[in-house]
Formats: sequence, structure tokens, C-alpha cells
Amino acid sequence: MISAQVPILIELLPLLSGLAITVFAQKNKNLAFFLLLLGMTGSFSAACTALFQVLQGNGPIHYRLGDWAPPFGIELVIDHLSAMVLCMVSGASLLTLLYSKRTVEAEIPDRIHHYYTLYALLVSGLLGMVATGDIFNLYVLLEISALASYALLARGRGLAYIATFKYIILGTIGACFYLLGVGYIYIKTGTLNMADLSVMLTTAEMHDSISIKIGFILIILGIWVKMGFFPLHGWLPNAYSCASTTTSCLIAPLMTKVAVYIMIRLMFSVFSADYIFKTLQWQQEVVWMACIAIVVGSLSALAQRDLKRMLCYIVVAEIGYMVGGIWLANSSGFSGAVYHIMSDIMMTLCLFMAVGAVIYKTGDSSLEAMRGVFRKMPVTAAVFLVCGLSIIGIPPTCGFFSKWYLISGAIETGQWHFVAALLFSSLINVILFFRIIEIGYFSKFDEHGHATHQDIVVNEAPASMLAPMIVSAASLILIGLYTDVILRNIIQWTIPAGL
Amino acid sequence: MNQLPFIAATPVLAILVSLAVVPLIVLSSKRPNLREFWTFAAGAVKLLLILSMAGWILAGNTHSYEIWKILPGLSIKLKVDGFGMLFALVASSLWLVTTVYSIGYMRDQKEHAQTRYFCFFAIALSATIGVAFAGNLLTLYLFYEMLSLSTYPLVTHHQDKEAQGGGRKYLTYLLGTSIGLALPAMLITYHLTGSLEFSSLGVFPEGVSRSMLIILLLMFVFGFSKAGLMPFHSWLPGAMVAPTPVSALLHAVAVVKVGVFSVLRVLTGIFGLDLLAQHDLNTIICVIASFTVIVSSSIALTQDNLKRRLAFSTVGQLAYIILGAGLASKLGVMGSMLHISTHAFGKITLFFCAGAIFVATGKKYISEMAGIGRRMPITMFAFFIGSLSIIGLPPAGGMISKLLMVRGAMEADMAWVLAVYLISSFLNAAYFLPIVYKAFFCTEEEALFENKFNEAPVCCWLPPVITAIVSMILFFYPAIFLGFAQVMIGG
Repeated sequence: MISAQVPILIELLPLLSGLAITVFAQKNKNLAFFLLLLGMTGSFSAACTALFQVLQGNGPIHYRLGDWAPPFGIELVIDHLSAMVLCMVSGASLLTLLYSKRTVEAEIPDRIHHYYTLYALLVSGLLGMVATGDIFNLYVLLEISALASYALLARGRGLAYIATFKYIILGTIGACFYLLGVGYIYIKTGTLNMADLSVMLTTAEMHDSISIKIGFILIILGIWVKMGFFPLHGWLPNAYSCASTTTSCLIAPLMTKVAVYIMIRLMFSVFSADYIFKTLQWQQEVVWMACIAIVVGSLSALAQRDLKRMLCYIVVAEIGYMVGGIWLANSSGFSGAVYHIMSDIMMTLCLFMAVGAVIYKTGDSSLEAMRGVFRKMPVTAAVFLVCGLSIIGIPPTCGFFSKWYLISGAIETGQWHFVAALLFSSLINVILFFRIIEIGYFSKFDEHGHATHQDIVVNEAPASMLAPMIVSAASLILIGLYTDVILRNIIQWTIPAGL
Repeated sequence: MNQLPFIAATPVLAILVSLAVVPLIVLSSKRPNLREFWTFAAGAVKLLLILSMAGWILAGNTHSYEIWKILPGLSIKLKVDGFGMLFALVASSLWLVTTVYSIGYMRDQKEHAQTRYFCFFAIALSATIGVAFAGNLLTLYLFYEMLSLSTYPLVTHHQDKEAQGGGRKYLTYLLGTSIGLALPAMLITYHLTGSLEFSSLGVFPEGVSRSMLIILLLMFVFGFSKAGLMPFHSWLPGAMVAPTPVSALLHAVAVVKVGVFSVLRVLTGIFGLDLLAQHDLNTIICVIASFTVIVSSSIALTQDNLKRRLAFSTVGQLAYIILGAGLASKLGVMGSMLHISTHAFGKITLFFCAGAIFVATGKKYISEMAGIGRRMPITMFAFFIGSLSIIGLPPAGGMISKLLMVRGAMEADMAWVLAVYLISSFLNAAYFLPIVYKAFFCTEEEALFENKFNEAPVCCWLPPVITAIVSMILFFYPAIFLGFAQVMIGG
């Protein structure tokens, strides 16, 4: 039955299409695009089917790779949380692919088939990380997607090589930390399967074990490097902003958010809320760090004169939202963080696509590139505006509701500094976006202070770029309007025991 | 439950009708007459829809309608009651008048981007009616933000340097306070009470500490900074860079009244008058509002730019309304609700006149207006009636609402508030009447205009005449709006 194979198809289809591209599409860039499109569409529909199955069965799907029984074989586990993230990841990469047709041809004219192969590898790595139920398999997939991302990021502009080199060093250190942590845990328990681990780690002996503690610290540090959590974010803005448009559209929304997902998965499916919030008790410190991440990220974004760098620092701040929300250690904060994974994938994607369209048309990535954008590129400007409102948190866009839950969670636990940080970042976002909107809306002034309105003609991005942008902007509003449905049907089931 | 005399979704339709015409306005951008017809049609339909509910509301009923369940336990919900109805009627009827005026003004000034102007005007009106009919605080917040954003292109319509500065100030104040103060206040309220529904008894349970209530009160009162309480008032004079019809409808009626409406809703529906009086919170409100009343009226005296003087006068009058509610007596609250309507008609008249003067003569400064009554007697007479209404003299509606508020102050036993009302009325007279006096009674040497009748286009002088007449009608028949305030307060 094909429906029983859905969990593996999600990751396998992009991987296979990547292989097919290297074999068949060396000469033909359209074929390469088409093959990847096929793979991504298949993967997205498989992810949707999986989500549907999970919702219907109201329980996780377990899939044994090669029919080896866990805990010895590798197992894929798709529950409410991973099904949701799989849908978002495959959906976002499908949208980016559609968008990429024109930008890749413009930015990376030679060896497009290599580019698309790496694209496929990256996406299948990310999807695998989300679906897997095995912590070592997770490491392997983490490295697959990381290696693919190094190669993709390096094919950028300006200082891309240097920025990527820095990222390779830090990313590798992060991955090593993770692997070391897995080693500690394996020595102590003798298993790598998440479900198995979660049972073994509940005993009092394990809670007191110093090895397990070191293992957890190493793992969490490794993941924080990967997600760019303050103060480990140094590599992120350079690497992402020097990348080509398509690459940043693909990587910026997905890699950091998948890392957040991994953090949730390890914290609550391998370790437990009990262990982390009662035995370790780091929540105060981590929430403070998240506050600093939010404030520093927002202020740094304010200091940027380059559109893409500004967005990168917004990403840093948004990571603070999610980490803080999870470490608030209550169900509202957790729901807010999970909801924010979903909405932030879409917001970041949409923003990078809108900015990418402006760069594609103007060739300029400074804030000044937005001059006259409301007349020249009305659709792009509208999309950008919707994203901006969502990042600021204006109802009924989804950004409002994630903030609603994050702030509620902070109020419930009395962590007022987190409330203040979130509000501060909202206010900074108002300035960030309305500064750009001002540039776009007001023309250059002549010496009398009067605007000049002539010689601006509509010069909109091509439809293949606009369509994914419009879809993602619409999704921001739809996710917002369906918050109740999403919370009741999906997120409510993801809240771990003990929160 | 009685049979509804209208379809249940009427309040939604009343909000949507002006959104629905936006595409039509855009499509007919090349044909100005058709474009303006859509605005008229939407305005008329909106007014009719609202009127169709008026009888039912006056009979003492309310009507709730849930649009969308957005969060577990919270929904986007409308509720039509007396207060919302009063405000919706004022805003939608004045929209029609303003449209006439807009056409005259914008065409005469040959403004650019008129299609954009009419589009955002329509969206702003949707948001205004949305606030009026909001059934809970979340819905109110949603439409409140929608109004802030949709009016930004209107304020910055000229797209020049001055507009940029004004627009920046506008958004900084409005979004800054609503996100920084009102939003967290709403969340804390929700956390404490589990409800954001408006209820005349208030939502706070026993045991919420007084200091918490004070903090929340301040966050709400300053958070809805469209109400213009000092020190969050200076966006309003800044927003005077907008074309005059925008200043007239939005910054005398829709936007600022949405601010006081929201504050009043929170005071009466979230805190509840009993709680305010019980914890002596009303004194705090009265002090803040009185300060604004006196200071802004004094500043108004010093302004030479007519629109800026009107703006500061508006700041003062808005604080009046909040002061009336702060008395926490039934008469005071009724007076402040009525003042929303009487001030709206009075102030819009004054703004219309200022615009008409600008259209006819290009003058913006009061010092340049000596003797203008000889040239534009109709406009200046309407201006006179409008001033009377603001000062609170017969035969204009402002007197009735002020009287109610003064009686409210006596009922609440707060004599010092009487003094505030008295002083500010003198100040009002002092900054308005000299303009009128100079316009008509000045010597030949002082007059800056020829003694020749030369009015602005009819589209510019007719609207202020209409609103001035309505102001006078409100003096004789305040029951038109008072009825709604009465069913709301139950007095």
C-alpha cells in the first residue's frame, strides 16, 4: 500500500529527484527544474497526506526503515508536531522552487543542475531531520543538509566565500557538540532511539547522572549554534545576506526553524519537561538570554542599511521569540512557540522573496532600493506590507497571534522581562518596516520639499515570482484567521506532558 | 427573544459595504464621477443599514453577532448597543457630508492620487464602524489598528517632506502606544479575568489589587492614544498636514472619537462604573483629563494656524469627554456620550470652514483672516455656529452635552471639576470668538479682503452649513442621540 509508505516518500522524493537531475539533466536546465518540481510536489503532497493521516488517526505514525524493529533499526515518527513542520518545510521549499526559476537563471547561470541537486539534498536532509526518531540518524541528516547549505551559500555574491567559511567552522563545531552529546547519552543508555531513550531517561539515577547532564548541555549548545541563538548567531547574518536570492529564500526560513523544532524534539521527546525544568532548572537564564537575543537582534536590524542583512537580524530576534517561548515552561508559551515556527517560516519566506524581487528588478539591496516601490512594483510592495504587519504583530495576521500566546505565557509565569522584550521588538519592527515603507511611498524631494512624481513606471517582477509571493502572503492572513483551528487540531496535541 | 426587524448580519454588512466598494473605486479611477458615485452609494447604504437597526436599539435591545472564532475562547464578535449605535450614526452620516466636501476640495485643489484617497477613506470608515460595533476588546483592537494604518496614506497624502514628518509622528504615537500599552493591558486583563467581553458590571473579579487596576487603567487610557490625552496628543496637530477633508472627518470625528470611544468602552465595559468609583479610580482619570483640558485650551490660544488651533481645541474637547466619563456618574457618562456627537458636528463644521477659506483664498493663518466675513459670510456664519457649539452656548448642541456633564460633576460631588469646565469654556470662547469678531467687525483699514461676496465653491460651503444646522437641531432635539446614551446607561 502506497499510503503506508508516505513517511519515507516525503524525504525520498526530493532525494531521488536530486539524483535524477545529476544523471539526466546536465545539459537541460528546464528539465532540472521540472524534475525537482516533480519531487517537491510529491514530497509536499506526501507531507499533507501524512498530516491528514495523523489528524485522522489522532496519533503518531511509526515507520520502520527496512523493517528493522526499533530500537535497533531506524524509525521515522510522524506526530502532530512533525507532520505540521513537514508540511511547512516542504510547502515552503516548493514555493521557493517556483520562485527560483527566474532568479537562479539570473544569478547562477552556469551549472544550474548542480544548484538544484544541492537544493534537493538540503530539503531532503531537513525533512529527514524532522521525521526521524533516532538521534544518530538526526546527526547524519543534520550534516547532509548542512553540507548542502554550505555549498549553496558559497555560490553567492560579495564576501559569500568568507562568510560561508565562517559558517562551516561554526556549523561543524555545532555538529561536533551535538555528536559528542549523543555519544555521552549512548554510553550511558546504550540506545539511540528517541522513544526508547525517553523511557530510560526517566529514572532518578539518570536524572542525577552527570554524564547525561553533560550530554544534554552539549546537544543543546550544538543546536543553538545551528539555529543562531544569541550569542552564537555571529555566522548567520553574513552567511545569509551574502547568499544568492534563492538560497536565502530557501535557507533563512527553514534551517533555523528546523533547528528550533529539533530543540523541542530533543527536550521533550528524548529528555522530559520534568528533567529540564525541574532537575536542570535553567529556564530563568535561558529566557533572559532569549530576551537579550530579541533586543540585540532588533537593535542590530535597526542599524542595517542593507535589506537582506536587516532581515537576517530579524531572524535572530525571532529565534529569541521561539526559544524564549519554549523555555517559559508553560503551555501557552509552548503553543506560542510552536505556532510561531509555523508562522515564522511563512513570514521569513515571504519577506526574503519580496526583497529578492526588489533586488532582482533594481540590482540594489540597500534600503534605497525600495524608492518608489509602491508605484513601480505594487504587488511586491503589498506583499512586503503584509509581511511587515505580520512581523510587527497587527491582527489578523499570524504574527499577532504568536505574540499573543508568547506574551500570555510570559504573563502567566510572571516573566515580565520577556513581555517587555517582545513588545520592544514589536515597536522596533514598526520603525524598521515603516522606515522602508516611507522610502517606498515618498519620492525623492526636490529643493522645495515637494515630491516629484514623474518618470515612475510600473515594472513588476515576473509572474513566476509573484505567484509564490502572493500565496505566502495570503497564508500569513489565513494562518492568522484559522488560529483557533490550528491550535485545537494540531498544536494542542503537541504540548508535552508536564507543561 | 423577539423577532429581529433586520437580518442578523446587518452590522457586518454595515462594516463591509465600504470595503466592498474599494475595488469598484479602483476600477473606475479614470472616471471621477462614477468613482465618487460609488463612495456615495456606499455611504448611503451604510447609513441605511445602520438606521435599520436604530429602532430596535432604541427599544432597549442589543444585538450580538459572532463573525469568526479566532482563538479558543475568543472570537471576532460584534455587538450593537446604544453607545455603538450613537457613534456609528454620527460617523456614517458625516461620511456622506464629507464626501461632498471632499469632491469639492480635492477637485478644486487638483490633488494627485484621488483614487487612493477615496479608497483609504472608505477603508477607514469600515474600521470606524468596526470599532463602534466591536463586541469585545480583541475585535475593538483589531479595528483600531486597521484604522491607524488605513489613515496613514491619508495623513501623508501630499507626499512631501512635511507630510513625511507628520505621518511619522502619527504612526509612532498611535502604533507605539497601542502596541506598547493597550496590547499588554488587554493581555493582562485576559489573564486576570479570562474574558474580554464588555459588560456594564465590569469583568474584574473581586481581589484584583488596586495598584494593578491603576496600572491597567493608565495603560488603557494612554494606550488608546487616538483619544489624545496629554502627553500623547502631539500626533494630532502633526496630522494637520493632511488635506482638510481628512482633518475634518478623521481628526475631528472618526479617528479621535474612536480613541475616546475605546477609552469609554474600557471604562464602562471592562472596569465598570461601580468599580471605578469603589476604588476611587475616577479621580485619577479626572486629574489626567482636566490637565489636558486646561493645557491644550491654553495652547490653542497661542496658535495662529487655524487648523492647528482647531486641533488643540479637539485635544481639549476629547479630554472633556473622558472627564465626563471619569466622573463615573450616570449623567456625566451620558453627557460625555452625547458630547461625542455634538462635538463631532460642531468641530467638523469648523474644519470645513477652515478648508473653505483655504480653497477660496489660500489663507491658513488666523492673522490673515481679518474681514473675511465680508467676503465669505455663509462660511463664517457656519463657523460662528460651530464655535458656539464647542463653547457650549445656545442655540447649539454642545450646550446640552456640557450641561449634562456639569450636572454629572455635581452628582458625583466633585466641585473642582466644575471649575475645570468653567475655565475651559472661557478659554474656548477666548480662542474662537475673536476669529469670528475679526471676520465681521473690523474697520476698513484692518480688513484684508475686499468687501465683495465671493464664496468658495458650493461643494465647500454647503457641507458646513448642513452640519451647522444639525448642530442647532441638536440643541432643540438632543433626543436624537440622547436616546441611545439613555438606553446604554439605563438612566
